[in-house]
Amino acid sequence: MHELSEPFEPKIVLFACNWCTYAALDLAGTSRMKYPPNFLVIKVMCSGRVDPQFILEAFRNGADGVLVAGCHPGDCHYIEGNYKALRRITMIRRILDRFGIERERLRLEWISASEAAKFVKVANEMVDQIKALGPLAPRLQVSV
Amino acid sequence: MTEKPKIAMYWCASCGGCEEATVDLAERILELTNLVDIVFWPVALDFKQEDVEKLPDGSITASLINGGIRVTENRHMVELLRRKSKIVVAYGACSAWGGIPGLANLYGTDELISRAYHEVPSLNNPENVTPQQSVEVDGNRLELPELLPRLLPIDQVIDVDYYVPGCPPTADVTWNAIKTLLSGELPPKGAVIGASDKALCDQCPLNETKPDKVLIKDLKRPHQVIPDPTKCLLTQGLLCLGPATRGGCEALCVKARMPCTGCFGPLDRVTDYGAKTASFISSIIDLQDEEALEEVIDKLPDPVGTFYRYTLAASSLGGSVRNSKS
Repeated sequence: MHELSEPFEPKIVLFACNWCTYAALDLAGTSRMKYPPNFLVIKVMCSGRVDPQFILEAFRNGADGVLVAGCHPGDCHYIEGNYKALRRITMIRRILDRFGIERERLRLEWISASEAAKFVKVANEMVDQIKALGPLAPRLQVSV
Repeated sequence: MTEKPKIAMYWCASCGGCEEATVDLAERILELTNLVDIVFWPVALDFKQEDVEKLPDGSITASLINGGIRVTENRHMVELLRRKSKIVVAYGACSAWGGIPGLANLYGTDELISRAYHEVPSLNNPENVTPQQSVEVDGNRLELPELLPRLLPIDQVIDVDYYVPGCPPTADVTWNAIKTLLSGELPPKGAVIGASDKALCDQCPLNETKPDKVLIKDLKRPHQVIPDPTKCLLTQGLLCLGPATRGGCEALCVKARMPCTGCFGPLDRVTDYGAKTASFISSIIDLQDEEALEEVIDKLPDPVGTFYRYTLAASSLGGSVRNSKS
């Protein structure tokens, strides 16, 4: 059970595109910007590499949120991987709705290599939203 | 004469279709009874639970179990059969991944009972009866098995050796699986037997007409179009799950102009069939504009029922994780 004395710190898995968002994270670091420490970063070659199975696997293994971040539309290193990500996440959101996972727990963002500030903003927002929702893991426990 | 191998067949939470499918073996069932002794098959033969209890542990060569685990009685029976059998086979979609009854995992048991006994339009329940686990009638205590919070594929309750896919498995698939079990050359534990290792498209007569890259602009449901029977159904906008589904059924539905709904389940190495099929369908929708995309996806009234029709209980989340407080 969650202790009241310890505030809930969400665990958020971030799938970051190698060509843009991952560089933005580096830039945020070297620019000494402050952002919340709640993100577990997994570098992928493209947001289009993120199989929806990864997202469900993350939730199942205790993630309170998942952020998929890639290049802006039109800027994909592989021409259209980010469009595939957009389509998959639009679809998988409908599925998560039905399973009872709130919309705010899965987010897709376009963050270019120069947009460290955008990442910080998105990160803060997402952590605040998920803190308000509370932890997901206890809801996955079904005793049979 | 050496003793024949012993086979048991049992049903848990299922519709009886798997039992029908076994009968579909037709004249091959005579060959089957020459090869094996059927020691337990409640649908067809008059052996009782206590007959199974009296058998020595491990004396049944193989138990073919269909249906998922929905009530405590199912759990008790599969545990008993596991103890008595050398090999346990999850036979059919319900047993392997929950099947259609697994869709109930989107609801709590209270909701299920209330829906079934008090809400459905076809109901005739004048005394407003709700099933009780234990009730006293004329001084006798009667008990019913307990409804479990979720339906479980049998491998979440007992150790399972092999899987036979399908809703139901076809007669040929069943026959192949039985031959594999009796061959003495058993595949590695956990294998799917009787079916193909390749996707359904490999067996589909329309596969030749499938372009290298399928792209669609719109989604259609079977009642909305009369499909061209000579062209890949997917290219016609029908949601055919063949590319992500295991083959083995000889494309029965597609031959009847109906798109594959995925009853043979995932291929090897897929961990979440619904997420995988949703992924493949959404990636071939040839739209880049978010609004247009939402509009097309809106045409799918039940995405979970579409993509997880047979596998919801075995999915990563296994069922609803709704916040009960909200």
